[in-house]
Amino acid sequence: MDFLSGHRPDMLPGNRQLPPTQGVIEAPHGTTIVATTYPGGVVLAGDRRATMGNVIAQRDIEKVFPADEYSAVGIAGTAGLAVEMVKLFQLELEHFEKVEGATLSLEGKANRLSTMIRSNLGMAMQGLAVVPLFAGYDVDRAKGRIFSYDVTGGRSEEQGFAATGSGSVFARGAMKKLYRDDLTEEQATTLVVQALYDAADDDSATGGPDVARRIYPIVTVISEEGFRRLTEEESSEIARSILARRLEQPDGPRAALL
Amino acid sequence: MSTPFYVSPQQAMADRAEYARKGIARGRSLVVLQYADGIVFVGENPSRALHKFSEIYDRIGFAAAGKYNEYENLRIGGVRYADLRGYTYDRDDVTARGLANVYAQTLGTIFSSNAEKPYEVELVVAEVGATPDGDQIYRLPHDGSIVDEHGSVAVGGNAEQISTYLDQRHRDGMTLAEALKLAVQSLSRDTNGSEREIPAERLEVAVLDRTRPQQRKFKRIVGRQLERLLGEDGAAAAADDEESDGGSGAAGADTDSGSGSGSGSDSGSDSGSGSSAK
Repeated sequence: MDFLSGHRPDMLPGNRQLPPTQGVIEAPHGTTIVATTYPGGVVLAGDRRATMGNVIAQRDIEKVFPADEYSAVGIAGTAGLAVEMVKLFQLELEHFEKVEGATLSLEGKANRLSTMIRSNLGMAMQGLAVVPLFAGYDVDRAKGRIFSYDVTGGRSEEQGFAATGSGSVFARGAMKKLYRDDLTEEQATTLVVQALYDAADDDSATGGPDVARRIYPIVTVISEEGFRRLTEEESSEIARSILARRLEQPDGPRAALL
Repeated sequence: MSTPFYVSPQQAMADRAEYARKGIARGRSLVVLQYADGIVFVGENPSRALHKFSEIYDRIGFAAAGKYNEYENLRIGGVRYADLRGYTYDRDDVTARGLANVYAQTLGTIFSSNAEKPYEVELVVAEVGATPDGDQIYRLPHDGSIVDEHGSVAVGGNAEQISTYLDQRHRDGMTLAEALKLAVQSLSRDTNGSEREIPAERLEVAVLDRTRPQQRKFKRIVGRQLERLLGEDGAAAAADDEESDGGSGAAGADTDSGSGSGSGSDSGSDSGSGSSAK
């Protein structure tokens, strides 16, 4: 944003005036994003549904994007604004990297995103909020980290796992019971898909795995090797194995009582 | 008040060109060569931090000889142009030809404006295509003209001598190791014909590698990888090339600054964007 505000301020999304409107604007909203850390990095995943009121606006929307080699953003909220925000965020990170010859620190990237969300506050007040989840591998500290945000740009680092969007309450509940701090990468990817399944189970705006249309959650892994998005086969493999177990146990794995 | 001497426009321009050429000639030369999988940039640069080559955009690289502050200024301008264009339209809409035109305009304006001294720089803008036919290399001398180059190009100090040497020996489809060695041989020849050794740590090497899975094709070659490529001899080169490519992803990721993979949008083949612009 430093770059654009210095050179082409008219292109900044925040600088556009919104005409006065009555009530809430109807626009597609993205729903649930979940993230979890594991000893080698962090996993960020999102469901595929966008809703507009009570209508499913899109079944196969993609809401998790790489921000750069070692970080990714998952977006919940107004899809159009969110995608634009991610594009601008990617531009900022890449521009900084090329001009300075060094990448921003993970904290620096998280702060950058915070400012961008704050600049959208006017829109958020009119019902067009964007609330992302930012996950990345901190090369200096050699671990995966998750940052969550509120509509005003308030940033907080999450320990272990986090979720955002309409289904986040249910997803967080599921992760709370399933999370352990010695997960492998494979277990971590299963965990996030489990959480998304539970979110879809109880939240009408979150989409579960759509076997008939072959639409599965987007799962990304960020580790020392950088950003990697699971292929459709890998993602469907996880979703199908969960689905198979849920046919016997619809509520998913049970945690111990004590 | 004294009357200024009359200087003919021809003389004024010749003087400015002479000034710029002398400035450029003080710097060390660098070469840009096509090889089978892309374009390689090779130059002698004792500094690890002040680069002569850098990434402009996904498929576009930049090389400059001459005064550092002046070409750094142009480089940042180019990155701005490319990033802004890619953000406004699409990543595929950023082309080397467009960038070379902007540079040519800038250099041309500065060269002919009497208020400013001419820039003492010579630039190369290269874009790697999906196939070798799609590769584009443009050379931009100090006066703002554009030269469309093929195969190999040299700029800086004794560019003329080096490019003659390269023209005779460069061929299409060289491996990276072969191209790199040819480049180093050409750079290590002095004006008086004698040869000197350039150690690997004084070399700056970067490639635009079309086989790189990431969207951003620019990569610096440093340290062990560079030594291995320089050490390979012709026979082993082809076999080892595979291996060096495989290792480059991991090696590049932690050492080079330009190794990020860009955005989520999937760029298709865009070799058509660079066709026949002369």
